[in-house]
Order: sequence, then C-alpha cells, then structure tokens
Amino acid sequence: MAEQTAFAGTHDTGGAKPDRAVVRDALAVGVAVGLSGFAFGVTSAGSGLSLPQTCALSLLVFTGASQFALVGALAAGGNPFTAAAGAFFLGVRNAFYGLRLSQLLALPRAVRPFAAQWVIDETTVVALAQPTRRAARIGFTVTGLSLYLLWNLTTLLGALGAEAIGDTEAWGLDAAGPAVFLALLAPMLKTTRERAVAGVAVLLGLGLLPVLPAGVPVLVAAAAAPLVLWAEGRRKTGDRETGDRAVSDSHDSHDSQRDQYGPREEDR
Amino acid sequence: MNVWIAIAVTVVGCYAVKLIGLLVPEGVLERPLVQRLAALLPVALLAALTAQQTFADGRALVLDARAAGVAAAAVALLLRAPFLLVVAAAVIMTAGVRAITG
Repeated sequence: MAEQTAFAGTHDTGGAKPDRAVVRDALAVGVAVGLSGFAFGVTSAGSGLSLPQTCALSLLVFTGASQFALVGALAAGGNPFTAAAGAFFLGVRNAFYGLRLSQLLALPRAVRPFAAQWVIDETTVVALAQPTRRAARIGFTVTGLSLYLLWNLTTLLGALGAEAIGDTEAWGLDAAGPAVFLALLAPMLKTTRERAVAGVAVLLGLGLLPVLPAGVPVLVAAAAAPLVLWAEGRRKTGDRETGDRAVSDSHDSHDSQRDQYGPREEDR
Repeated sequence: MNVWIAIAVTVVGCYAVKLIGLLVPEGVLERPLVQRLAALLPVALLAALTAQQTFADGRALVLDARAAGVAAAAVALLLRAPFLLVVAAAVIMTAGVRAITG
C-alpha cells in the first residue's frame, strides 16, 4: 500500500542489510497495518455480521479490501454469490504478487500452501524492497506473522467494541468502510490511465445502482479497466505522434519494479 | 446462512488466487495485457465501492453525513496522514455532522 515509497530506497544500502534492520522494517508495516483490523471489525459488526462470521473472515480470507467489500455488499442486501464475486475480483491481484514472490523467495513446494495465506499487498512490498533472498524471506515472514496476529486480534476487539456501543451509525462508523477503500485507492491513482478507470468505474457503479440488483453494479464497474485500455489502444492507433509517449511512459509499473530487483538476483 | 455461504465462497476463492500465484510456472501471467488488467481491476473496484458506500442508501442515491466524512478522509489523504487517522477523520466528521443535523 502506501508503504511502497518508504521502502523503495532501502535496497540501496548494499547486499549486507543486517537481519535486525529487516525485522524492524517488517514490524513497522505489520503493526501499522495490523491495527487497521479495528476498522474491519467495527465495519463488519456494524454491517450485521456476527462475531464468529467477522473473525472467520479475518482468519481465513486475510486480504483487507476483499473483506471490506464482502461485508459492504452483504449489508447492501446483495446475494451471497455476487457479494463473494466482488471480493474475489479484488483478491485476484494477490496472484500476481505470488508470482513475483515465488521467484524471489524460492520456497520449497511443501511450504507454499502455508505461505500462500500471507501473500498480500504489505508482505509483497516489504519482501520486494529487500536486497537479498535471505532478507526477503525474513521480511516476508515477519511482516506476515505480525500482521496476521494483530489483524485478527484487532478484528475481534473491533467487533466486540461495535457490539458494545450498539448503534454504529450514530458514531459515524458507517463512514469507515468507504474511507478505507479511498485510502487503498489513493496511492494507485498515479497516472491518467488509473484516474480514467476510477472515474468510469464511479459513473458505472453509481449510475447502475438504481437499475441492477445489489452487488451487480460493482462487478459491471470492473469493466472500466478493459474499457479504458481499449479506448487507449484506439486513440494510440488514431494519433501515433502524440499519444504514444504518454501511454508507454505510464504503463507497467510492474515491469520497472521487476527491473529493480532483477540485477540484485544476480548478486546472490 | 446466506452470510456463511458468501464467507465460504470468498475464503476458497481468495486462498486459491494466492496459491495459484505461487504455483503456476513463470510466464503464464506475464503477458503485458494480463498484467495491466490485473493492476487496473482493483482501481475500478475500489473506486466503485468508495462511491457506492458513500452515496448509496439501498438502491437510491443520497447525499448525507457520510459524504462529509469521506471528504474529510480525502483531505487527510492529501495531507499524507497515516491510514488509521484517515479512517478516524471520516468517522469523526460523519458523527459530528449527524450530531449537528440529526
């Protein structure tokens, strides 16, 4: 998430980063983000989920945006499958994190099913920022463990707290969900392309709300992604001269990140 | 019961995509178009979810205290406030507006 920038520079310190420094960086992320389980616990209980349901989500789903999306969709009266579909599509990005982590961490096959549960935004950012495979493994494990423990503990406390105070709307707690989404979204809006996708998605999501069943407009709004790419492709063939540069500069932050750690792999 | 079905489907789906990333051979997901779509999909979903949870009341669109709360969160984000402070700003502003107008 937002930690990306904070860690971008850390691999410049050379190959020999002390284990203690890796642990410290990983704990900083794990604790900061782990605490936001409070927001999830409160939102989930406020959406009408029971304590066991709320805790099951944090224990077993363990990917924040999907959890918030699911409880939001259920609260809005969506059917269980459209609600789960929205949460699932938000989780798809973790597959791409896993792809990069499997090269970086080189985990034994037997360990992968267990490590998979920790493949999320924060563990990926910390692991990718490390200079060596050893540091990446320590970073992944410490971030994953601290975040998992705290996220589940604060989910429980948040849900208990929401049940204790009763009317969560009077306390403004129904604004926690959209604020969380906005905070997750903000660092992604780097170029015109992302902003265009966000804008189209907002229009689709709000415009279709009155006419489609609950939960479905969000899924249709996901079409903003291919739509904008398609429109870009058309414009690109339309005016090759001016459009090209902006498009090729802005795309593929993935590739530039992979380039950053490519050379490091050879040092090992 | 419906809630447990939704939870079960989400658990299985979200775990499966995490595991797939660790297991598939390199190259399958490496096509530039697939990568770009995967990066943009969360942008579209999060934007739509933010808008809906701010302005939706059931299937109607409304402008209420939540909009003020989310605006406060946006200001906090522009000021580079930490995550929890952003959420707190939204909650406090929403509760405040409701207390005054309510």
